Amino acid sequence: MAEKEFDFSEVEKRLGVSRRTFLKFCTGVAASLGLPTSAAMAMAKAVADPKRRPPVIWLHGQECTGPTEALLRSEQPSLAHLILDLISLDYHQTLDAGAGHQVEAVKKKSMRENAGKYLLVIEGAIPVKDKGIYCKIAGETMLDLTREAAEHAAAIVAYGSCSSWGGVQSATPNPTGAQGAPQVLKGKPVVTIPGCPPNPANFVGTVLFFVTYGKLPPLDEKMRPQWAYGRLIHENCYRRPHFDAGRFANEFGDEGHRKGYCLYKLGCKGPETYNNCPSLEYNNIGGGVWPVGVGHPCFGCSEGGVGFTKPLFSLADLKTLTPPNTFPKIQDRQKTGGLSAGAAALAGAAVGVAVGASAVTVKKLGDKNSSGSGDQQD
Amino acid sequence: MSAYKPLGGRILTAPFIFFAVIFLISLYFMAQRFIFGMGAASNLNGGFAWGIWVVYDVVIGTAFACGGYALAFTVYVFNKGQYHPLVRPAILASLLGYAMGGFGAFFDMGRWWQFYEIFLPWNWNFNSVMLEVGLCVSAYILVLALEFAPVYLEKIGAKGLLKTLNKLLFFFIALGMLLPTMHQSSLGSLLIVMGQKVHPLWQSWQFQPLLALLSALIMGFSIVIFEASFSTVGFRRASETSLLAGLGKIILGLLISFLLVRTVLLVVQGNLDQLFAGDRATLLYLIETVLFLIPVFILASPVNRNDGGKLLIAAVSMLLGGALYRFDAFLFTLNPGVGYSYFPSVPEIMVTLGVVSFEIMAYLVLVKTLPVLHREEHA
Repeated sequence: MAEKEFDFSEVEKRLGVSRRTFLKFCTGVAASLGLPTSAAMAMAKAVADPKRRPPVIWLHGQECTGPTEALLRSEQPSLAHLILDLISLDYHQTLDAGAGHQVEAVKKKSMRENAGKYLLVIEGAIPVKDKGIYCKIAGETMLDLTREAAEHAAAIVAYGSCSSWGGVQSATPNPTGAQGAPQVLKGKPVVTIPGCPPNPANFVGTVLFFVTYGKLPPLDEKMRPQWAYGRLIHENCYRRPHFDAGRFANEFGDEGHRKGYCLYKLGCKGPETYNNCPSLEYNNIGGGVWPVGVGHPCFGCSEGGVGFTKPLFSLADLKTLTPPNTFPKIQDRQKTGGLSAGAAALAGAAVGVAVGASAVTVKKLGDKNSSGSGDQQD
Repeated sequence: MSAYKPLGGRILTAPFIFFAVIFLISLYFMAQRFIFGMGAASNLNGGFAWGIWVVYDVVIGTAFACGGYALAFTVYVFNKGQYHPLVRPAILASLLGYAMGGFGAFFDMGRWWQFYEIFLPWNWNFNSVMLEVGLCVSAYILVLALEFAPVYLEKIGAKGLLKTLNKLLFFFIALGMLLPTMHQSSLGSLLIVMGQKVHPLWQSWQFQPLLALLSALIMGFSIVIFEASFSTVGFRRASETSLLAGLGKIILGLLISFLLVRTVLLVVQGNLDQLFAGDRATLLYLIETVLFLIPVFILASPVNRNDGGKLLIAAVSMLLGGALYRFDAFLFTLNPGVGYSYFPSVPEIMVTLGVVSFEIMAYLVLVKTLPVLHREEHA
């Protein structure tokens, strides 16, 4: 209470956004992470404090630059500004103004000076076949560059499916032996933000958490932030009630498809893909902008072993309940049952015979007991 | 010389003819079901997809058929060899009971001609409890047939085959213990899957398999007493009460654990208030509890345990209690949604009675023609 009101005027000037918009954004990120409002304030302060900006080395391997493009095209309030202001982006092949050996020298210098302090972001898969000669930057292989940069990184983030588990490059027959960063950097913790392209919100939220608290958010066994990848798409999908009620689109353009029914039978991989697409959608454009939202089954872009591996329209492996082929109709409930006199009599007679026979046997056994064991020869 | 011998005697006795008449009448209704379909013959509906064909023939029928399982456990796992004379008739009853369950399931399958699909591994849905039950029960019927095979081989005098089978039998006996443990507990899992449709007094969630297994063992031991008692009176054989008294002690332990687990769960899971609701479910629960308590009081005294009549009262009480426990959970208190109700139709009841009659007829014929019952000792 007594604390002096934090001055955001500096941020307003730097980012070109109003204080209100800025705080709203931080609150939104904190809410996505499942953190209280106080965390939003802490994040806002962390962003506003220019001294805490961590240096970032950003490597590109085999990829389409989708993750960076997604980040830059985000409709969140000046997200590109924010992320670029939040961090000190010392090296990024797509965004660097400089080029050639000059920029490589800057990278080496930054890595040397900030050893143990910089954040390493890897985008794109790393080919390992034939000593990694299939992807080279400035004469060095991506494999060597990755290992070199990882050596003294404070934290490593694999951004996008390619760097998380190999992505499209690693699809069979994988001619270049493409692998994700966690597979190349065995023994080092690599946070993965998979997706093709990944949702920038998942990246920004994770980085904001790191900058604010100096540690990583809780991760799952595939090193994905739990706040973003803790649930199956199937669990939060707004088409889920259709799944539970047995209403499916069976073909593209059929009645069910037009009515927005569940896409499971068109091969939706939502039941085996962990991501927060249904709740965040994509790039805050709104209006259901994500595959299932626009009527196409999820193809599991962020899930290793699903996206680029399973056929697009094959049925997903359900981790929970499998739906039956048909469901009972609601309107014929009133006609059910019906206790007929014959049935009641029959059921009663059957139970009666069983109990009666038992009673007779009990009596005979009792007689046998009282007459001793002398009648064994009978 | 085998320790077992066929009972011999007339096949066409009065009870046999009584059951044969019921069976012949039931054939008409069986034909009706297979010609006109399930909708024509049964009162099954969208809410109550399982009627007595599943709940009685399979869920309760296989528990009644757990005599072989319960005895095999006692004889082979706890090495109580003195109960061996009871094993063969128990295995026969189990074989017939399970075969009846398997056969009964056919009536309940909408497209029964596709039943073989369950045996094709590429069709398997590993999330299905029913797959586990279906495969396990089918496998167990085969195992029971093999466990019973020595009886038939003895009869036809196939000594070589008998010798080979006896060498391998330990493996099937082990399977014969594993499989019922698996599917009897899965019958409890079926209730977990039915979730909130099951009344809170019966929905113990993750403890369903334990309760199902305990009740199956209780019913299994009870049916051994039940059969032995009826054999004693019906075939005028020497009383086996001294043997059965020993089983009484085991049952007492099982009964007390069952009642204890159930009561503790009721308190721990916060459903105790349901006991004071004063509705039909409360009444059914209390009847069940009384049916399980009667044998506790009977079996607690050694004098009663050695009284054949009292032992049979206890057994019948447990069988009724166990059957009611399963009927209540699966049918009587099941709430599949507003507007659904179910009581079996005449054809449904007749089909079930026909199947049971056939089972009893088969038992009567087989104990008279095959060496199933133990040779009586001459004191």
